Amino acid sequence: MKSRRTKIALMLALLAIAVSAVTGLAQSNQPSDDEVNAVAKELYCPVCENIPLDVCPTQACAQWRDLIRQKLSEGWNKEQIKQYFAAQYGDRVLAEPPREGLNWLVYILPPIFFLGGVFLVYRVLSNRKPLAKASTVDAASPAPDDPYLKRLEEELKSRK
Amino acid sequence: MEKTVDNTAISESENRARGLPAWIIVAAFAILVGFLALIAWGLNRAQQPPIQVGDRVPPFTLSTFDGQQIKLDDLDGKIVVVNFWASWCKPCEQEAAEMEQVWLNNQAEGQVVFLGVDWVDTEPEAKRYLQQFQITYPNGPDLRTSISQLFRIKGVPETYFIGKDGRLADFKIGPFTSVAELQGMINRLK
Repeated sequence: MKSRRTKIALMLALLAIAVSAVTGLAQSNQPSDDEVNAVAKELYCPVCENIPLDVCPTQACAQWRDLIRQKLSEGWNKEQIKQYFAAQYGDRVLAEPPREGLNWLVYILPPIFFLGGVFLVYRVLSNRKPLAKASTVDAASPAPDDPYLKRLEEELKSRK
Repeated sequence: MEKTVDNTAISESENRARGLPAWIIVAAFAILVGFLALIAWGLNRAQQPPIQVGDRVPPFTLSTFDGQQIKLDDLDGKIVVVNFWASWCKPCEQEAAEMEQVWLNNQAEGQVVFLGVDWVDTEPEAKRYLQQFQITYPNGPDLRTSISQLFRIKGVPETYFIGKDGRLADFKIGPFTSVAELQGMINRLK
């Protein structure tokens, strides 16, 4: 009788261990909030414009985050999920526009304008330096043979 | 007098030396003009008004949740009711039963087609919504929000009525409050 009870207790203990192991395994497959938000922060919901999906409080956004969680648990990676959302809702849901077509302008124009600006500043500064030097020299040593200066000095002397 | 001429010549040559090469000025000007043209095009596109009553509705295709492809062009000669909705939209729930009831009332006649366009929604929730309200007319996601952009909808629910001639006949912003209201709008187009 005693050995039978021991066997039952042992079987129950084994069952409990097995159940907890399976539950633990299931929970480990479930993506964490941080993992979901890592994808969500690179997406925007068209309903609440300019609010990243990871901080958007609406029900629509909550559903989107649930969908991200579901896709992650199915083994999808970040890029696959972003592509899925772009295909479903359009490129405007992406925080970063895809590098194709007219979108390239977003990536190309700012560096061009920046480099153009740097070039212009360089040109302006490099042309100013010699001018400054020339004016200093002129002020320090006025041309002695200048007939206008001579005439001016004579005029001033004669008025004294 | 000679002195003045010399000074002018010197300053012109200095200016030329200090100025940018002509090709850079032309290129910068071209980039600037191109950039402004692009901004103008974008603004013009963004400010285009929605389809007005009487305008021909541009063609679109709805890919339904059950895999059908419904083209507006194939529905010429029928009254098409396009209803934008979402599972997260509470006002949409108010009109869901009315929409289904009016669809059932008109289905046998074959003159009226209902199309449900699920806007910015997730598929599992959308399917649950359709099941919950027992909606039987064709419904599908607004892929890449292309259909809603045609109508330039502001939110959901919004319903558009396309006449037998393919032109926008009427629309309703917000939920229908009764079967009679929705049926009345359809009857005016028959």
